[in-house]
Amino acid sequence: MNSTGRGVRFLYACLIAAFLLLMYLPMVTIALASFSRTRYFRFPIPAWSTNWYAEVFESLSIRNFFWTSVIIAVLVGLISTALAFFGALAFARYRWKGRKLFQKIVILPILFPQAVLGLALLLWFTAIGITPSWQTAVFAHIVWIAPITTLIIAIQVYSFDPAWEEAAFDLGATRLQVLREVTLPILTPGLIAGFFSAFLLSWANFPLSMFSSGADQTIPGWISAKVQAGYTPQVPAVGTLTMLAAAVIMGAGYGLVVLQARRRARAEAAG
Amino acid sequence: MSRASDFAAEAPAPLRAIRAPSRLASLGRWFAEPGVVAAAPLALLMLGGFLGPLLLVVVFAFMPGGTFSILQVPTLANFVEIVANSYYLSFLASLWLAALTVVICLVVCYPVAFAMVRVFGRHGSILALLITAPLFVADNLRLMGWVLFLVKGGVVSGSLQTWFGIEVDSMLYTSGATLFGLVYIYLPFMLFPIIMGISMVPEQMREAAFDLGATRFQVLREVDVPLAMPGILIGSLMTFILAAGSLTEARTLGGNAVTMIAMDIQKEFGFAQNWPKGSALAVLMILLAGALAVTALKRIDLDLIFGRK
Repeated sequence: MNSTGRGVRFLYACLIAAFLLLMYLPMVTIALASFSRTRYFRFPIPAWSTNWYAEVFESLSIRNFFWTSVIIAVLVGLISTALAFFGALAFARYRWKGRKLFQKIVILPILFPQAVLGLALLLWFTAIGITPSWQTAVFAHIVWIAPITTLIIAIQVYSFDPAWEEAAFDLGATRLQVLREVTLPILTPGLIAGFFSAFLLSWANFPLSMFSSGADQTIPGWISAKVQAGYTPQVPAVGTLTMLAAAVIMGAGYGLVVLQARRRARAEAAG
Repeated sequence: MSRASDFAAEAPAPLRAIRAPSRLASLGRWFAEPGVVAAAPLALLMLGGFLGPLLLVVVFAFMPGGTFSILQVPTLANFVEIVANSYYLSFLASLWLAALTVVICLVVCYPVAFAMVRVFGRHGSILALLITAPLFVADNLRLMGWVLFLVKGGVVSGSLQTWFGIEVDSMLYTSGATLFGLVYIYLPFMLFPIIMGISMVPEQMREAAFDLGATRFQVLREVDVPLAMPGILIGSLMTFILAAGSLTEARTLGGNAVTMIAMDIQKEFGFAQNWPKGSALAVLMILLAGALAVTALKRIDLDLIFGRK
C-alpha cells in the first residue's frame, strides 16, 4: 500500500530505531564497563584497560562455568530439537484425536513464569530424591525450551505441502523412508533454526538454572552471584564475551539456514 | 494421572456403547496413529516436567507447615495464614505491576510491530533477527547493564554531571525502576505475538476499507485491531503472566522496593525451608496463570496463528 507517505515512513523508521536503541543500550553499557580500569564503574570512564579480560581468560573457575554452560546448552539444543521435530509434526502436520489438547499443553510452559517453574522443579527433584546438578538443569531447560523449538519447527511444518509425502507413499516408500527422505530434508531449515534457538536460549537462561543446577553453576548464575558478592569489571567482561559468543553462534545459524535455502533452490532449479 | 487415562477421554463417543474389547482395540489403534506416536515424547516430557511438578506443588500447599512429606493430613492452614498475615499483598503488587507492564508494552509494541510488518515488511527478517538477539543474552545480565546505566555515577548521571553540571540522584531501587525493568524484559514477548497478529490481517481487507471511505482511525479500530486480536491477546497474556511471576527485575533494578510473589515463594522454599507455605503461594500463581491461559487458549486457534492459513 502506498498510502504511507515519506514523512510517515520516516517517523516509523525513527520509532523502530528508538526501540532497537532501547533494546541494545544495556548491552552497550556492559561492553563499556568491561573496559574500565577502575574496579567500580564510573561514567565517563576515566581510564581504560583490557586487564579484566586477561583475568577472565586466566581464571580456572570461570572456565569451569563456561564449560558447564556449553555442555548444558549443547544437550538442550540436541534433545529439544529431536523432541520438537516429532512434536511439531504432531502439532501441525498429522490429524489425530487429541491434537488440539496437545497443542495447548505444549504452549503452557511458555506461558508460565520461569522462576516459579524452576522452584516447582526443584521441589519435584528433591521430592523424588534427585540431587540438583547440571543434569537436572538440562531437564529444566528442556521443559521450557522444547515447546519453543516445537513452535519454531511447527511454523515450517505448516508451510510444507503434504503432497510431497503422499507422492512418496504412492511410489511405495515406507513411513520411515518418507520421514527420512522427504520430511526431514524439507524441514531442515526449521531444525537448524530450532537447534540454534534452543542452544542460545539455554545459554542465556538464568531463572531456571538458578533453581535447578544445584552446585553446578552456569555463566549467568556466576554473574548473578558475583554482582551480589562483589562486583568487579570481570562481570561485564564475561558478559561481553557471552554476548559475543551468542552473536557468533546466531550468525552461524542464520548463515546455515540461508545456505541451506540456497542449496535447495539450486537443486530445484537443476531438477 | 497416567497418560492413557488422560487421553482416553478423547476417544470417540459412540464406542462407549460397544463391547469393551473393541473399545480397547480402538484405543490401540489410536496409540498407533502417527500423530500420537510423534506427540508421545513431548507429551511425556510435559507430564513429567511441567504438569507433574505443578501438581506436586498443589499437593504440598495442603500439607501442614514445615513438613517435607506429602503423606500428612491435608489442611487449609497455609491459605489461612496467607490471608491472615497479608502475604497476599505481594501477589496483589505483582498483579498491579504486571497490569501496568502489559499496558505500557501494548502501547509501545503495537506501532513498532505495525511499522515492522506494514511499512518495512521487506526488511522483516533482518529486523526480527535484531529483535530476537537480546533474548539470547541473559535477563540478569541485561538488567545489570541498566543498573550501570542508571546508577549514581553511571552513564546517565555521570554524563549529566560531567557535561552539564546537573546533579542527579540514582534512578534505581524504586517501584518505578522495577516497572521499567519489567517493561524492558517483556517487550519482545509482546512484540512477537503482535507481529504475528498484524501479519494475519489481509492487506486487501485494509485497502477495501480505505476504498469504502474509512478513515485511518476507523481502519485501525474496525479492521487492524480486531483481526490482529489473537496475537494481541497472546502477547498480553504472556506478558502479564510472566511479569506477575518475575523475580530478577524487582531484585536487580527495584532493590526489593517492591516484594513480588516470586520473591516470597523463593524465600519460603529457600531460607524459611517451609515448602507447604511456599507451595500455597505458588498455587496462587498457578491458578492465575492457569485460569488466564485456559480462557485465552479457548478462544484462539493456534493453527491459524502459526499456520497463517
